[in-house]
Amino acid sequence: MMDALPKDFLRRTRCDSAASRPQFTNCPTMIVMVGLPARGKTYISKKLTRYLNWIGVPTQVFNLGQYRREAVQTYKNYEFFRPDNEEAMKIRRACASSAMKDIANYFAKEQGQVAVFDATNTTRERRGVIISFAKEKGYKVFFIESICDDPEIIEANIMQVKLSSPDYENYDKEEALVDFLKRIDCYKMSYVSLDEEKERHLSFIKIFNVGSRYLVNRVQDHMQSRIVYYLMNIHVTPRSIYLSRHGESELNLLGRIGGDSGLSSQGLKYARALSEFIRGQSIKDLKVWTSHMRRTIQTAEALGVPYEQWKALNEIDAGVCEEMTYEEIQATNPEEFALRDQDKYRYRYPKGESYEDLVHRLEPVIMELERQENVLVICHQAVMRCLLAYFLDKSADDLPYLKCPLHTVLKLTPLAYGCKVESFYLNIQAVNTHRDKPTDVNIARKPEEALRTVPEHL
Amino acid sequence: MSVIENNTEQCGNSLTRELTQNPLKKIWVPSSKNGLPERHISQRKVCMTNCPTLIVTVGLPARGKTYISKKLTRYLNWIDVPTKEFNVGQYRRECVKIYKSFEFFRPDNEEGLKIRKQCALAALNDVRQFLTDEGGQVAVFDATNTTRERRETIIRFAEQNGFKVFFVESVCEDPDVIAENIVQVKLGSPDYTHCNTEEAVADFMKRIKCYENSYQPLDEELDRDLSFIKIIDVGRRYLVNRVQDHIQSRIVYYLMNIHITPRSIYLCRHGESDLNVKGRIGGDSGLSARGKQFADALGQFIQSQNISDLKVWTSQMKRTIQTAEAVGVPYEQWKALNEIDAGVCEELMYEEIQLKFPLEFALRDQDKYRYRYPKGESYEDLVQRLEPVIMELERQENVLVICHQAVMRCLLAYFLDKTAEELPYLKCPLHTVLKLTPVAYGCKVESVCLKVEAVNTHRDRPMNVNVHRTAEDALQTVPPHL
Repeated sequence: MMDALPKDFLRRTRCDSAASRPQFTNCPTMIVMVGLPARGKTYISKKLTRYLNWIGVPTQVFNLGQYRREAVQTYKNYEFFRPDNEEAMKIRRACASSAMKDIANYFAKEQGQVAVFDATNTTRERRGVIISFAKEKGYKVFFIESICDDPEIIEANIMQVKLSSPDYENYDKEEALVDFLKRIDCYKMSYVSLDEEKERHLSFIKIFNVGSRYLVNRVQDHMQSRIVYYLMNIHVTPRSIYLSRHGESELNLLGRIGGDSGLSSQGLKYARALSEFIRGQSIKDLKVWTSHMRRTIQTAEALGVPYEQWKALNEIDAGVCEEMTYEEIQATNPEEFALRDQDKYRYRYPKGESYEDLVHRLEPVIMELERQENVLVICHQAVMRCLLAYFLDKSADDLPYLKCPLHTVLKLTPLAYGCKVESFYLNIQAVNTHRDKPTDVNIARKPEEALRTVPEHL
Repeated sequence: MSVIENNTEQCGNSLTRELTQNPLKKIWVPSSKNGLPERHISQRKVCMTNCPTLIVTVGLPARGKTYISKKLTRYLNWIDVPTKEFNVGQYRRECVKIYKSFEFFRPDNEEGLKIRKQCALAALNDVRQFLTDEGGQVAVFDATNTTRERRETIIRFAEQNGFKVFFVESVCEDPDVIAENIVQVKLGSPDYTHCNTEEAVADFMKRIKCYENSYQPLDEELDRDLSFIKIIDVGRRYLVNRVQDHIQSRIVYYLMNIHITPRSIYLCRHGESDLNVKGRIGGDSGLSARGKQFADALGQFIQSQNISDLKVWTSQMKRTIQTAEAVGVPYEQWKALNEIDAGVCEELMYEEIQLKFPLEFALRDQDKYRYRYPKGESYEDLVQRLEPVIMELERQENVLVICHQAVMRCLLAYFLDKTAEELPYLKCPLHTVLKLTPVAYGCKVESVCLKVEAVNTHRDRPMNVNVHRTAEDALQTVPPHL
């Protein structure tokens, strides 16, 4: 029974805003990339944007190269970027203005909180323009500069992401490489790096040689602090992350959610199959992580290698619905059941958690995954959906419905700007635990409508 | 590590060993043949580091090295990384009983140099003992370490012993900051008990001068293979080089979030709740009549304190939110500030817990910090949960945190450097506000009781914690309730 509490309180406790934590920042922030071509600016922009969106900060990348490709339909060669090419300069300046206009729109009309301005921004003059623009609008500015003089890294970058760019569709590899290197030279003459002294009043991070060194200046607020922490933990060393659920559990068989049961006989078979699979992959220095729940630990035990238990990887807490079947939930809490279908991401089980809470809980796991190299994470359905959503940049709406079936290993390998996914079904039968969103999510719906998408069980 | 692998081979066909649940922490561990839990390594959240770490401070006197050392040590211990600081100045004071003047530190004082080198080596010896024999994971070597030569000695020492090294350098040229440091912590030093303020300051400035000529700051080029963070002007700028592992990454993050701007943190619990009155733990009840009175009194108290830019934080439980509502300023809800989850014991009275779960009740009394309620949490879990709250408290300035008994104990333990043994028994009565103000190397605590009656919810550790004890012995220390 609620006593006379302000409506605000009721709204807050339900599903609204400040889910698990308070505001990150009070005003919109522009993150401005700085650096010569092929220094990883777009890689950082996309990765950072993916991370910020995942933790609930609406973020978007504004890539100047794309604006330029729209303005100048066909790319001829590096001459476009020559500093004495007046015509091109005019176009490039217009593109920058256009991008900034879109940023203003993103903040004002689309509830954006962070805009990542992905361009070279290599002159103090260009940065000055951006700073004035931000000041006028009341945005905070944080610069991220990537500095790299290792020719091997630069060439690897070019090979990975530049050669497949629309700019070089009609070039062969060697020609493209030569042209791109000349393009970089066009910028070098006028490149002025962020200066510790002259620009000491700006907020920025300078990343040297893919993270061996960082210079951090004037972090203004919580979010910039988190961004710096994230940037300092990511790396580009090739590796793979394997995600899998525990083997089928006793409660899975009964169609019951949550709990802390052991593996069924099929589940044990899966554990052994997983062990063989992992051995077959010949992974160097593999770390294995489980939750604190019996079923993931039992699964890991079969691997015969050391593993680490993380409480943060425990399955979503279904509160009063723990160990119930969907049928029972419908019978005892039909309204809750409907509310969950209306907004599965934000819905919090009574005395339990929401997917939104889960994401917050998993953030340190993601951070450590970024630091690590080869890792196998043995977890649970809702948890795996959250982790997958991070790696594959899925929205909050898609996340709770991602398909993560039992007895299937997903191998994620970072590639170019994204993640390659390989799915391995280890051929051990298991129940299906995936419940799609039903068509009728109305609170007054009939039980048949509510239970239409419940998968079969004993 | 090898323990697990050996056993698996022995088991032959059955590749999955039996699991038993550790009764205290409710952690599943493989059991050996005789059914007892096996020695299992990393049950901690994550393996912080594979080998011990030596943190080495670098900087001229009065640059905040000891402040950073102590604060960092406090933080690491709180997040369960056994850490200890070794202050060479203290070794020197033990060696040279009476400090005469800055002349001791003159670079041409052969005798002085000899003693100082001996002290450094004695400290390093104790570091080795702590990290190798006493289960320490991080040692903070707090000294000026201003020459490359001295740092080389330390690096060699670390290499010989298999320790990782991470340097923390503090560089500051702001005369105001340095003067303030001297006033805050140097004047009160044992070195200057017999001096008046002017004399002490004058002497200390000359002491700094002794180091200046030979000071070789960490260099981006010359020291590019070392792992370090250079803190410039109390955090305006940082240079971070070659972070090697998780713990160094966490240390860097922490150092980048702390500041020294004067401020106060107010901690209090929600007003007395209906369940409090009934002697029941947990739950999500509203405030009792007296609890509401407290909320009003709190509002008045906060007003009277005239705090600039106060942030107010609550948990997501009704009783803290109701309390904040009465204060009348905007507040932010943190799920992380929710009370410890008592699992199957939620909303029970201690008498009922004794009746239904006497074994659990006894286990809890045996190790209240690590004990996890069935389907619930432990204080150890709480600390992990609260770490982002602490990090944000470090970033903020004036904050009022309205939370719960167990939560408040954890936060208090962080600020007052209490051990895991003391933490669960810290006294955090209802209707009392604690005002914490950082001062010198620690925290000043002012306790303000807002004179509104409330039940006592503090249960001391009983004498008898044996699982076979009588109900009477178990319930000896339960506070009275309705």
